[in-house]
Amino acid sequence: MKKKKRISLTFYAMVIPMAILFFIFHTIPFLQGVFYSFTDWKGYGTWNLVGLRNYTHIFSDKNIYSSYLFTFKLAICATILVNVIGLLIASGLNAKIKCRNVLKAIYFIPYMLGTLIISFVFKFVFSNILPMVGEQLGIEALRLNILGTNQAWIGVLFVTVWQSLAFNVLIYLAGLQTVDQDIYEAANLDGAVGFKRFMKITFPLIAPFFTINMVLSARGYLMAFDQVMAMTDGGPGTLTTTISVLIYKKGFSGGQFAYQSANAVMMFVVIVVISIIQLKVLDKREETING
Amino acid sequence: MTHRTKLHKEKVNWPITIILMVVAAGLILFPLYLTISIALRDPSDMVNLLAFPKKLNFSNFAEAWKMTNYPLKFRNTLFITVINLVFTIITNSAVSYAITRNYKKSKFFKGMYYYFISAMFIPFSVLMLPLVKQAALFHVDNIGGITFLYIIFGLPMNIFLYSGYIKSIPEAIDEAATIDGASPLQTFTRVIFPMLKPMTATVAILSFMWTWNDFLMPLILLSKPEQQTLQLSQYVFQGQFTTQYNLAFASYLLVILPILVVYIFCQKWIISGVVSGAVKQ
Repeated sequence: MKKKKRISLTFYAMVIPMAILFFIFHTIPFLQGVFYSFTDWKGYGTWNLVGLRNYTHIFSDKNIYSSYLFTFKLAICATILVNVIGLLIASGLNAKIKCRNVLKAIYFIPYMLGTLIISFVFKFVFSNILPMVGEQLGIEALRLNILGTNQAWIGVLFVTVWQSLAFNVLIYLAGLQTVDQDIYEAANLDGAVGFKRFMKITFPLIAPFFTINMVLSARGYLMAFDQVMAMTDGGPGTLTTTISVLIYKKGFSGGQFAYQSANAVMMFVVIVVISIIQLKVLDKREETING
Repeated sequence: MTHRTKLHKEKVNWPITIILMVVAAGLILFPLYLTISIALRDPSDMVNLLAFPKKLNFSNFAEAWKMTNYPLKFRNTLFITVINLVFTIITNSAVSYAITRNYKKSKFFKGMYYYFISAMFIPFSVLMLPLVKQAALFHVDNIGGITFLYIIFGLPMNIFLYSGYIKSIPEAIDEAATIDGASPLQTFTRVIFPMLKPMTATVAILSFMWTWNDFLMPLILLSKPEQQTLQLSQYVFQGQFTTQYNLAFASYLLVILPILVVYIFCQKWIISGVVSGAVKQ
C-alpha cells in the first residue's frame, strides 16, 4: 500500500490560474444567465426580481414553441439522414473500390469548410440555380426558391446534412475498419449475406461508433445557428428560427435579455436531459460488451 | 449496394466505385465547381450558370479583395487561429497533465476534473447573453480578447481528450524522471509532453478548425469593422454584395481557399486527428 505522497505545488500552479480564468469567463456568465432569468432585465437600465414569471411565460409563448418545434424537427431529421446516408457511404468506401483514398478525401471536404460559407453557396443554388434548371427543364416544383416557401426547413436541413455528413462517414468508416474480414467469410459460409449480414453481424460490431455519431450529431443540431443566419435569417416569418437564433435575436436586440436567459436555461436543461439519456444508453451498451 | 466481397476478395467492386464517384462528383465537387465558376464569371455571363464560363475574369478576386479588406480580415483570423493554437496546446495540456496525474491522490484535482468536464454540457448559446456583458466589463471584446476566450473555452473538451491519453502513459515514467532529478515541470515539458504528440495533433486540428470557421463568437464580441474575422466579414458584406454574385463568390472562395490548401497538404493528419478526437468520446 502506497502512502499518500505530497503533491508538488507545480501541479497546483498548472491548474489554478486556468481554473480561475475559466470560472470568471465561463462559470460566472453561466450563473449570471441563471440569475437574470429570474429578473425582468432588458439588457440595459434597471431590473426587478420577478420569480418564475419568465418561465411560466415560456410555456405559452408561440415564438418559443415554434423554435423548439423547428429545432427538434431539424435535429431528428438530420440525425436520421446523416446516420443512414453516412453508413451507406462508409460501407461503400470500405468495399473493394478503386481510388479509395481520393474518394475518402473528397467526401471529407465539406467538414473543412465553414458552415456559413457553405450556406451562402447553397442559398444561391436554391434561389438562382435550381429555379433556372426548373425553367429550362420545365419542372414546376423547382421554379420557386424553396427558402422563401413554407418548405424552407428542407433547404436548411439539406445544408446541415451536406456539411456534417463527412464527419459521420469518417467515424463509421473507422468503425467498419475495426471489423475483422474473417467474420464476413464465416458469415458467408453460414449463408448470411447482404442486408441480413449487415443487421446481424456488422451493425452490432460498429454499435459504439453509432453511439458516438448519435450523441455528437444530436447535440450539434440542437444548437444549429450559422446555417439559419446565412440562409433564411429565421424566415420566412419565424418558420426556421432555431432556439439559438431566437436567443440571439431577441436577447440582444429585442429587449428580452432576461426572458431569453430563461429560454437559454431551458435549452440547457433540455440538452443535459438528452445527454444523460444518451450516456445511459451508452453505459448499458458498454456493460453488455464487457459483461 | 450489398453484393460486395462475395467470394472474390481481391476483385475491384466497380459498381460501388462508380456510384461513389458519381455521388461525390454530383454532391460535393459540383457545388465547389459552381463556386469557382461563378467567382470567375463576368457579370454579363450569368445566364447559363451550369456551363463553363465564356472567359475567365480574375478581376472579381481583386475587387472582392479590396472591397472586404481581405488582408486585414485574413490577418485577424490568422492571429486568432495561430495564437489560440499555440497557447491552447501549452496551457491545456499542462492542466490536463496536472489533473490526470493527481486525480486519484487528491480531492482537489478530482473536483477540478469534474468541474471542467461537466462544463461540456453547457452549450455556447446558453452563455452568450451574459458573456457579452462580462466581455465588455473585462475589455475582452476585441481580437486579443476573443483569442484568450477561445483558449479558456477549449479547456473542457481538451482536458477530456488529453486526460484519456495521459492515463495510458504509465506513471513509472514520471517516477523514473523524478529519480533522475527532474522537477515536475521538467518531467512534463521534457518527457510527457513529447509523448502526447498524437493527441496534441488532434487538439491542434480541432482548435484550428473551430477558430477559423467560427462565426457566432466573433458575431457577438467583435463589433468594429477593423476587428472582423473572415467569416464575420462574409456575413457583414452579404448585404453589400446584393446581386453582385460574382464578387460574393470570389470572396467566399478567398475564405475557403486557405483551409482547402491546408487540407490538401495535411489531409491524412486531419482525417486521423478528427477520428481519434471523436472516438475518444
